[in-house]
Amino acid sequence: MNLAKNSIGRLVPLEIPGVGTFDPYGGAFNRILQSASRAAAHPVRKPEAPSRSKVAPGLKAAIERSGLENGMTISFHHHLRNGDAVIPQVLETLLQMGYRDLTFAPSSIPDSHDCVADYVRKGLIRRIWTSGARGEVGRMISRGEMEETVVIRSHGGRARAIEEGSIAIDVAFLAAPACDALGNSAGCSGKSACGSLGYAITDARFARHVIAVTDNLVEYPLHPHISIPQYLVNQVVIVDSLGDPTKIATGAARITRNPLDLKVAENAYRLIAASGILAPGCSFQVGAGGASLAVAAFVRDHMKEKGIQGSFGLGGISGYMAQMLEEGLFRGLFDVQSFDSAVTGSMTRNRAHMEIDPSWYANPMNQGCLVHNLDVVILAALDVDTDFNVNVMTGNDGVLRGASGGHSDTAAGAKLAIVVAPSFRGGVPTVKDRVQTVVTPGETVDAIVTERGICINPKRADLWEAARKANLPVKEIGELKKEVERFTGVPEPVETDQGRVVAVVEYRDGTLVDSIYRVGE
Amino acid sequence: MGLIRRMGQAGTLESADCLVTVAGAEKDSLDYRGGNRKLFGERTRKLVQETLARFQVSGVQVTIQDQGALELVIRARLETALGRAMKEA
Amino acid sequence: MRAMRSMLYIPGNAPGMIQNATVFGADMVMIDLEDAVALAEKDAARDMTAAFLRSYDFGDLPVIVRINAADTPYFDADLEAIVPLKPFAVRLPKCQDAQDVTKADARMSGIEKRSGLPAGTVPIHAMLESARGIENAYAVATACPRVKALTLGGQDLTADLGIQKTRDGWEFFYARSRVVMAAKAAGIDAFDTVWTDFNDPEGLFLEAKQIVELGFTGKAAIHPSQVEVIHRAFRPDSREVLKAERIVAAAAEAERQGRGVVAVDGKMVDGPIIARARHLISLACHYGMEGGESR
Repeated sequence: MNLAKNSIGRLVPLEIPGVGTFDPYGGAFNRILQSASRAAAHPVRKPEAPSRSKVAPGLKAAIERSGLENGMTISFHHHLRNGDAVIPQVLETLLQMGYRDLTFAPSSIPDSHDCVADYVRKGLIRRIWTSGARGEVGRMISRGEMEETVVIRSHGGRARAIEEGSIAIDVAFLAAPACDALGNSAGCSGKSACGSLGYAITDARFARHVIAVTDNLVEYPLHPHISIPQYLVNQVVIVDSLGDPTKIATGAARITRNPLDLKVAENAYRLIAASGILAPGCSFQVGAGGASLAVAAFVRDHMKEKGIQGSFGLGGISGYMAQMLEEGLFRGLFDVQSFDSAVTGSMTRNRAHMEIDPSWYANPMNQGCLVHNLDVVILAALDVDTDFNVNVMTGNDGVLRGASGGHSDTAAGAKLAIVVAPSFRGGVPTVKDRVQTVVTPGETVDAIVTERGICINPKRADLWEAARKANLPVKEIGELKKEVERFTGVPEPVETDQGRVVAVVEYRDGTLVDSIYRVGE
Repeated sequence: MGLIRRMGQAGTLESADCLVTVAGAEKDSLDYRGGNRKLFGERTRKLVQETLARFQVSGVQVTIQDQGALELVIRARLETALGRAMKEA
Repeated sequence: MRAMRSMLYIPGNAPGMIQNATVFGADMVMIDLEDAVALAEKDAARDMTAAFLRSYDFGDLPVIVRINAADTPYFDADLEAIVPLKPFAVRLPKCQDAQDVTKADARMSGIEKRSGLPAGTVPIHAMLESARGIENAYAVATACPRVKALTLGGQDLTADLGIQKTRDGWEFFYARSRVVMAAKAAGIDAFDTVWTDFNDPEGLFLEAKQIVELGFTGKAAIHPSQVEVIHRAFRPDSREVLKAERIVAAAAEAERQGRGVVAVDGKMVDGPIIARARHLISLACHYGMEGGESR
């Protein structure tokens, strides 16, 4: 494989056999601003004769009718999270039907689906294009068990890739918690309700053939809200259950009580407050839990105290953000993925809680995605380096255990991108000289906040000044690294097989930001 | 010269701690388990060696299940485990 | 003078907590070998605490170690392990009278000598947790020069008195006053007991305000979330800060003019009052208060 250095010094392939050619990463907005206009890919679809029902006799029959052949590309959404039963059921059926060498291109792979590794080993799946990989799937990829290089894409990047045709979905299997006989689908009702069906919308628009899978066929027409209209759906398959509701609709995420996470969150909040960005009309996005979600609690108290109304909240929405909408702290909430059961209720009750698709959310190549309007985003990290690069993909042992998600999208778009992390985890420092895998380049990260200090990107002289004026515990990132290493020590470097790229990290604009190498057992 | 009288164990499987077990054996050996075994393998080997020497014992089988403990924590747990293994009844 | 408003208790057998001792903004920490450690783990806690004192850089943060009482089998081993490592102080639990202190003092001097340290290097914070202890407060406070603080042990005291702790703590009024009085008379610090209900930070704040007004130097915190509450209670009144600034300015002026007597608002102020004023200002600075205004 021919590797070239990109603008942040990482070696990336210029061509991936079976996928295509790539340009190396050259800056967060360079390609976006230099791109000429191009036609979006159009799905090639055969018109359907008028009918009153698209319900197929069963999953097997639907697959037979779909025209799926070996080597083609299938997609799924991951809105059912760890309660999903659709992906395993479809993959098992495909295996039984004798399919081979498919490209598996879900919006992400839920943690619970170790079974995907088995389907790779059995020959059903030849290629994986995903936002993330954990557990056995991550380990399998890191061991080099797949012949074809895996492509990791952010949520915005996947939407871009689908719209430009780099991902050409042949058959999309879209779990629909509520669906009528002609395929109108939504996610907010039904025993397997999951809230927003955001990721599914883009797949439905561009896939060649769309099969809605439901455990809740409602009387025609589905109402009051339709996420995926019938004219995008070819067939409907009814199954007993889309999955485990207790794991789909988890209880509302609570603010952490871990004192360390709270300290990190408090430091992040203090930086946000000092920056002056919490003014009327501000917008922000936080993570699903831990320190990242806890920052929302501090910001909420601040906004209530000062009577500040924000313009919108964005995400990745948890019950806490829905509560803030209810309290009038935002005018609107844009939801590409609902994290807990409280959110489903909010979407149903509150018209200002709006479902969005990932292109609207974060595709940098359209006429305006939401992350570009974001004021503040709070992001997590596995580790970071002294150039402010962030790794959310590979663990301390070099093995795949994370997801790109909206990390690089929101960091690039937000005015103030803050990464929160403990200064060390499991005895290992969080700040390294060089991260194992770059997902989010340092030029898009404004600050890294830990419990032991706030590190501000030197490019942000204004933020340094504001932080110092507010007497915040700012530290130069190299100093923080040394301070922590004094008691943790410096870990031995991970041994990776530099001759074997098992996965590439595609930046949101389609260039390659880093390579992931094989790790020996 | 120290004497290992029985198996000795100290520590917990809580995060940031480690569980250390020592037992008498034909020769010294170290079984270092946990997420950090490749990251701090050499350092841990050295600290075990140095601690056994300090306690003047040999023929010790040491097992460490590391849940992300600092070096000084592993050393402390090993010292306690050895103390428990060596103390008179 | 250093701020000693909050003392965060950390169990000696919990490395996950000790390694984060410096993070929560507490003015001091107390690593506990006594009530927070099960009997079967006394050796482990001792080894762990010694390891941290030896190898971990706590920076400016004073680290106190509460050892086990003299009538336990752990007392001697605790002192042997901890004293040579020079903690900020040794907290001696269950002090009933001056002899309890002098016995510990003698032991500690022996250990210091063997470690090449001057006798009296490591201070004692004496804990009064019984009716007898409270009655003997002044004797304990003055038992030897090593004693640098008295601490009220509320939980054992309520047991000894056969009473329940109430939310407003009225039952502790005498004991608290006695501890403060004895400490002040002996020229040492006084620390108040723990507030155990960490779901009631408001109750903690009210109690902390009360003990600040009684004259305590600081209070125990058993959870990081209590540190901020305690600090808020110690926050000086802004009018007092203004007055303190006038006192310090007057003292500086008097010194410039070679005068030995300092007068503020028509009243004489002497050394301790000026020192107290300076301490108040340094606390106010700690809060970013300027000229009595908080930021």
